Order: sequence, then C-alpha cells, then structure tokens
Amino acid sequence: METRVRPNGWEWLSWLYMRVSAVLLLLLVLGHLYIMHVVNSTDTIDFAFVAQRLATPFWRIYDLLILVLALSHGLNGLRGIVNDYTRPGGGWRLAWNVALWTVGLVFTLLGALVLFSFDPTAFARR
Amino acid sequence: MKVHVRIKRFNPEKDRRPYWADYEVPTDPFDRVLDVLHYIKWNLDGTLALRRSCAHGICGSDAMLINGRNRLACKVLVKDLGPRITVEPLRGLPVIKDLVVDMEPFFSKYRQVMPWLVNDEPPPVRERLQSPEERARIDDTTKCILCAVCTTACPIFWGNGEFLGPAALVAAHRFIFDSRDRAAPERLAILAERSGAFKCRTVFNCTDACPQGIEITKAIQDLKRAIVLSRT
Repeated sequence: METRVRPNGWEWLSWLYMRVSAVLLLLLVLGHLYIMHVVNSTDTIDFAFVAQRLATPFWRIYDLLILVLALSHGLNGLRGIVNDYTRPGGGWRLAWNVALWTVGLVFTLLGALVLFSFDPTAFARR
Repeated sequence: MKVHVRIKRFNPEKDRRPYWADYEVPTDPFDRVLDVLHYIKWNLDGTLALRRSCAHGICGSDAMLINGRNRLACKVLVKDLGPRITVEPLRGLPVIKDLVVDMEPFFSKYRQVMPWLVNDEPPPVRERLQSPEERARIDDTTKCILCAVCTTACPIFWGNGEFLGPAALVAAHRFIFDSRDRAAPERLAILAERSGAFKCRTVFNCTDACPQGIEITKAIQDLKRAIVLSRT
C-alpha cells in the first residue's frame, strides 16, 4: 500500500547525497581526465594553457564543482567512519567533527579563492 | 573420531579476564557442536555455561562463534569442522559467563522498531485477510528466530552500540511491508535516524551468517529505498 513517509533527521539525506555526488564526480572527473590527459598531454600543459582555461566562467565553475563535491563527499565519508567508531556525545566525536568541518571550510574557501581571484590578464604581458 | 575443542571461558566471580580451555572429546562425525559441548559439560567439566533450548535450530538460543563464524551450535556438524573446534561467545554483547552473553542490548534495539502489528481499524468479522502476493513480500523476514547471529556478526554493531543492527531492521521490514500493518511511517521515521537503516554499510556479514538464510542486506536496502522514495 502507499504510505507517505516523513523521515526524521537528515542522516538519510546525507546517505542520498553520497550517491548523487558520486555520480556527478564520476562524470566531472572523467571529463577532467579526458581534457588533461587524453586531448592534451601533461607534457604540453603549461601556465598559458591553465590561464586560458580559467579565463572562462564555465571552467571556473566546473573546477569549483569538482572541488566542493570531492571535498564534501570525502569528508562526509570520514564523518560516517567517525560516527561509527566514536561514542555519541563523547569528546572524540566532537573533536573529529570540528576538525572535519574546519578542514572542509578552509579548503573550500582556499580553493574558491584561488579559482576566482586568479586573473590571467595580470600575467599576459610577461 | 577424537576432536580437540578450545573454548573461551570466563567466570566473572573468579577470573579477571577470559581464558582458553582445552578439551579432548570422542565424537561421531555426525555429532553436532552442541553434542560436543554437552559431552564436555556432562562428562568433563560441569561448570561450563551455555544456553540451548530446542536444540533443533529454531529457538535461536545456542548462537556462538564457532571456528571464527557465528553459528547455531545445534546446526553445525563435527564432520564439517574437522578435528579442531574453537568456540567463543558472541561478539559485541557483554559476557555473563563462558558462552552465555547478555542479550538485553540486542532486545532493546529490537523493541525500538515496534515489532508488533499496529492496526486500529475495527477488526473484520473473521480475520484480516492477506493475499498470497502480499504475504510473499514479507516471506523472507518472517523467518527470523532472533538468535542474534546477524547483529553480533556486524562490524558496525561491534564498533558502535547505537546501531539498531540487522536483526532489528529485519523485524522492522517484516511489519513495515505487512499489508495489515498501519505503522510504517512511524517505523520508517525511526529507521531514518542516525542509528537506523543508513548506518548499514552493506558488509553482508549478517546475510552470510544467518542460520535461516534470510537475505538481510537486501531487506535493509528495501528499507532505505522506502525511506528515500518515501513510500512502502
């Protein structure tokens, strides 16, 4: 029979997020590998290539998506392990969760900063 | 056929920590491990403590770790184990004495999923009918005998007492997908929480260990799907 369910909490959403982000990452990272290692070669990729690539908003958003999805997917996986093997309400669990959130926020901000403050024209005349 | 039996023993009144005890037991290859333990208790050392009731694989009392795998002592034959047999109490539950563990943490998880039929509609004149197809939906999970073999084979349960564990999830499945039951939303809400169905990491230890052959991991995936798609 049809029964509407309104689940408590967000642990099920976190589980669903892992599946969705995994599929997205697979597509994005395969695309990244194709461009960097198949179409081009790491032998020919230089500063000019990267600068040209990051000049378009499309690739900045593409790279930002990889950054955000990979970081959150990996850290959410670690959070699952921490919650499996630490006691609820304990100091270790709290410490680990604070560390994971800090690492996630710092690296997301740092990566986004590099992606969006990068100005290829500033290096053009060199 | 003589077999060498090692049993992990512990008497909280005398021992500071568990120790291994060794016994030589004359057996028939078609004896069960339970018969071997009976031989030890009745002829070699009467202080050995173990649980068993029906001795025919249906009461679920004599679950223990035999040669590294969770099994019912009454369902394993000596010929399938060879001349060396190692017996330990179930993991993840406190040992009361020798092979007897405290089952309360296991049953407290079981009670959390409301393992009873909930239906406040006025009962029909004779009975609440169910079609064979509706019954088939819960055929597998009704076979559970609550022996705790699955839950105590689960590494997530070992590592974390919060997890409801496979047996409680099987019980939840049995009622959530029962056409006569009306409490599926309440149960699914419980299972969607942190210690519920999504703590299952699909290790499959439960499915491998179940003496009733229940496809436990599959049942847990059914529950996850019901929560994510919000329908049973």
